[in-house]
Amino acid sequence: MSIDPSLLMNAVAAGILLGGFYAAVALGLSITFGQLDVVNIAHPAFIVAGSYLVFALNGGFGLDPVLAGIILMPVFFVVGVLVYRVYYAAFERTGRESLAGLAFFFGLMFIIEVLFILAYGVDYRLVETDYIGKQIEIGLLGIPWRMLVPFCAAVVMTGGVYLFLSKTFLGRAILAVSQDRLALQLMGADPIKIKQIAFGLGIATAALAGALLIMIGPVEPTIGRLYIGRIFAIVVLGGMGSIPGTLIAAIILGLAESLVATYIGPSWAPTVAFGILLLTLAFRPSGLLGRQA
Amino acid sequence: MTSLFRIQRRLLLALGLAAALLVTPLTQAQAQSGDPIKIGFSMALTGPLGAGGKSALIAMQIWEKDTNAKGGLLGRPVQLVYYDDSTAPAKVPGIYTKLLNVDKVDLVVSSYGTDVIAPAMPIIMRSGKVFISLFGLDVNSKFKYNRYFGIMPAGPDPAVDWSRGFFDLAKEKGLKTVALAGADAEFAQNAVKGARKNAQNDGLDIVYDKSFPPSTADFTPILRAIQSTNPDIIYFGSYPPNSVGIIKAANELGLKAKLVGGGMVGLQFASIMKNLGPGLNGIVNYDFWVPEPTLKFEGVEEFLGKYQAAAAGQGVDPLGHYLPPYAYAYLQVLGQAVETTKSLDDAKLAEYIHATTFNTVVGPVKFGANGEWAQSRALMVQFRGVQPNDLDQFSKSGTRVVLKPDSVKSGTIAFPYKQ
Repeated sequence: MSIDPSLLMNAVAAGILLGGFYAAVALGLSITFGQLDVVNIAHPAFIVAGSYLVFALNGGFGLDPVLAGIILMPVFFVVGVLVYRVYYAAFERTGRESLAGLAFFFGLMFIIEVLFILAYGVDYRLVETDYIGKQIEIGLLGIPWRMLVPFCAAVVMTGGVYLFLSKTFLGRAILAVSQDRLALQLMGADPIKIKQIAFGLGIATAALAGALLIMIGPVEPTIGRLYIGRIFAIVVLGGMGSIPGTLIAAIILGLAESLVATYIGPSWAPTVAFGILLLTLAFRPSGLLGRQA
Repeated sequence: MTSLFRIQRRLLLALGLAAALLVTPLTQAQAQSGDPIKIGFSMALTGPLGAGGKSALIAMQIWEKDTNAKGGLLGRPVQLVYYDDSTAPAKVPGIYTKLLNVDKVDLVVSSYGTDVIAPAMPIIMRSGKVFISLFGLDVNSKFKYNRYFGIMPAGPDPAVDWSRGFFDLAKEKGLKTVALAGADAEFAQNAVKGARKNAQNDGLDIVYDKSFPPSTADFTPILRAIQSTNPDIIYFGSYPPNSVGIIKAANELGLKAKLVGGGMVGLQFASIMKNLGPGLNGIVNYDFWVPEPTLKFEGVEEFLGKYQAAAAGQGVDPLGHYLPPYAYAYLQVLGQAVETTKSLDDAKLAEYIHATTFNTVVGPVKFGANGEWAQSRALMVQFRGVQPNDLDQFSKSGTRVVLKPDSVKSGTIAFPYKQ
């Protein structure tokens, strides 16, 4: 079988771009679940909330979706801080976070969905920008702006979060709280406040991820559920809490989906993607860049 | 102070009583007596088909109001009893069990869409109830239930008749090769199965035949793979998010096929049509009602006027061309059957529905032996001259030209797909 170089190059490019989008969607969960050990099943619902608010800003003020997402990030940060406070007071403090905490986030997911159903109905929502629908031609490559802009935004956001966590005092404190909460406490830092900020950061990324989601396709209040399995898989594959690992895992999944869709059949894409996850975990249980126990 | 308060309270009471006396005869003109006739159903009010399901519910509530204003059925008011199935097939059997055993409904109709109609069938068949379904594709082909009726103009062999018009157009243009791609779910697979049969019957060379997960985020790789097989025709069976992704990717890539579309759900919804705008031009896709002069059935415009008023601000399809007229019509069929047979007996109702041609807002409806429409009227419409960001254009004739069937044709095909 001869391989058409154009088809292969475009499949690889599409996979990388898709992977970038997946990274943006999974980044927040990598912080909240991977680093803080909070099973935030409501993360996709926060992303959809981001999509709706971006839709409102795009429709109402003509703001570019990415810009609207960035503007919403501080608001989401505050919401994340408040959510963590409630979660801590009701569950974590009393040691009931495992099952009751999971139920809390399930409930939160339903509440967010219902709020948006009440506010916007169940019709599909989309955003409009000048660049959606166009693509750049580079030799044999055709790169749609609809995928390129989310990829660039995702890489910048992932890089920013990585630099923040690795280069700033607060970021290092977040990494420390995920590694050894007691040691951090002995050094005089308040792990709860640190976790609050980290959770807020995780939810803040959902605002931009929501903007990217509504750029790629139409959104309805419950569409986030489609992404739950995929984003948890990315976080686990990348290595719990590893930001570069999340980006690499997302790109691997994107590439797998794109190449399988091109050469084998799209319906095999989830099987291959989750097969990669199982194989990786079999040989490297802590994920690609996770710390070995 | 106390006496003044009492006077005010009496005045309010008197005014309330007077208002009640004035309003009661208006809203229930022909005073109905007895318990209401309960019509039970599950409906996709949330989830992937929620947008359609909610608009169907509005249409059904209009029918309920219209019917009660005319005196109800058999002198009793009608009452809709419904639950949200969230477009989740697993929820449907439980809902119908509750409707039949706990709510004790008198009549049942279906939710919207094949995926949530099929799971109700075993429960309904056990109860022996007449079951009129709303946009179920080929649901009864396996169950063969003689009290099933489908309000969708797909024709006696629904999966095949559904796409017959699309392949007739291909035949007329002498096209030779076809690519088939459908989502991995009940409706889309049925649609592609019918398309495959049509392609085989017409001697077309099938160069691509694959399915995709409904959760696919980017269709660019799939369309490139299809493009590499160089088909004349591309037939898609897809759900709304897929259809949007496909149209966007098709425009970005500059898809070169000559006839593109087929069974794409979502391209009938106002919000999606408005957003995709000129990207839709040239697509040939199924539809069931569009505002073309050949489809102005008695009562349809009056109904749409009521629907559009009721839908405003509800976050549902503001135009309501696709599903709501049929959601109204399937209750018209049921209501007419009850009134004429003067009975709620399912055997009598089924016999009557089999034998009768109904006049509805979607035109005459006659069911065949298998409960599907005796004759297909699945429209193949082509998007033409669509402008960006203009919802009103879809209320006028000309943006969705009916190409098939010939009986309601309103124009000829612009060919090939991208001129």
